[in-house]
Amino acid sequence: MTEASETYTFTFMKEVSSLLHAADGNPFPMCVQCGTCSGSCPVAAYMDYTPRQIIAMVNAGLKDQVLDSNTFWYCASCYQCTVRCPQNISITELMYALQRYSIWKSRYKEDMIGPSFSEAFAKTIMRTGRTFEPILAPSYIFKFKLREFFMEIQNATELMLKGRLPLLPPRIKRLDNFKRMIRRIIPMGGEA
Amino acid sequence: MKEYAYFPGCSLEKLAIGYHQSALETTKKLGVKLRELDDWNCCGSTTYFHIDELLAYTLTARNLAIAEKTGLDVVAPCSACFKNMFFTQSHLKKDPDLAEHINFALEEDGLQFSGDLRIQHLLEMFTQDIGAEEIKSKVTNPLEGVRIAPYYGCQILRPRRDHDSAESLENPQYFEELLTAIGATPVDYPLKTRCCGGSLIISSRVAALSMVRNLLQSAVEREAALIATACPMCQVNLECYQQAVNQEFGTNFEVPILYFTQLVGLALGIPEKKLGIGKELVSAMPVLAR
Repeated sequence: MTEASETYTFTFMKEVSSLLHAADGNPFPMCVQCGTCSGSCPVAAYMDYTPRQIIAMVNAGLKDQVLDSNTFWYCASCYQCTVRCPQNISITELMYALQRYSIWKSRYKEDMIGPSFSEAFAKTIMRTGRTFEPILAPSYIFKFKLREFFMEIQNATELMLKGRLPLLPPRIKRLDNFKRMIRRIIPMGGEA
Repeated sequence: MKEYAYFPGCSLEKLAIGYHQSALETTKKLGVKLRELDDWNCCGSTTYFHIDELLAYTLTARNLAIAEKTGLDVVAPCSACFKNMFFTQSHLKKDPDLAEHINFALEEDGLQFSGDLRIQHLLEMFTQDIGAEEIKSKVTNPLEGVRIAPYYGCQILRPRRDHDSAESLENPQYFEELLTAIGATPVDYPLKTRCCGGSLIISSRVAALSMVRNLLQSAVEREAALIATACPMCQVNLECYQQAVNQEFGTNFEVPILYFTQLVGLALGIPEKKLGIGKELVSAMPVLAR
């Protein structure tokens, strides 16, 4: 192994580590590759690489392959892996870190719905303090296949008839305070 | 009358309005008052953690700080809201620097987080604080002969590590005990703590539909006539996407999905309409009319 690739390996693992605030640390470099996570994961069959493989790949510094995979965008946050991991690795939190990394670097495939949906969701909260389902729909509905598209429209219509869809966007009362609070966490220039 | 601070969360305003209505009605009947938090904001669900962790904690810390002002214990009916509140408090307590940073931001809204709340999911409040015995003593219309599959889902149980035993994490029983208390027959089925797919129903449709199908199949194979949930996300995935599952997999599911509070309310003799029953896309009437 050349000196350069050693540095690279070290860097990607460190980079991912630094994206995890969680106080008691997340010892993913201590993974023993037992595969309990992959065996517990209800979505593993749909992932490019299983959770166990992804951890090994992060630790080996396979940055491009990790970032090109769908694995972390297919995590459903069910935490089944996390509670069963014998090494106390929070695998779900690691998936979140990879999601954040790929959004910051704009490193995700065009047809991925996860990143644009999450961004639309976050922007709605920053504007109003609340979610509003109808405003989120454009972030994903046009990426659907035709059958899914019509299913979504039909669902929305039925829910509306039952009085289960909001017509007006809700907003919190102390919105100005709320926006200033956010700016103390993330400086956003003139936006928001 | 015991009082709780109540964080309804965004879904309960409309999409899960029946959960909200039935939570208020049943608690009133059981001698508990839910006081809605003043000017609460969205907790960000899971999607906020995809963008920024610090901001995700801040959003929830604001709600916690508002709850602290009431001096009451806090309950959340949504599993995602509950998980965010529970873990934001424990993370911030373990990391004073993080808490200090967030408190600096909260000052903008005149709030301070100190981290000494008792945080429960609404289902836990029913089973632990009120208790199955107490509920049973107030039942007037027992749901006799109704086979109900209790669906725990994920985030009530995980990733917390304060369970009494591995058994209570992997095979909890308190939902079953509640269903027994209201006269119903709880159905034992293997996938009761398996994930419904959560927001993958939007972002990874095919994967989520197969997860929903597996859950419905597991409950129906054990002859459940109805599934009881404790989370708006689970309810919507299992109910609103049943037709999509049927189309995708050629199945024939028609399983009503009700909130546990709606079922408790029925057993307490509260009229269906007050419990928001009738707003579901798969009608529960044929099952309940028996």
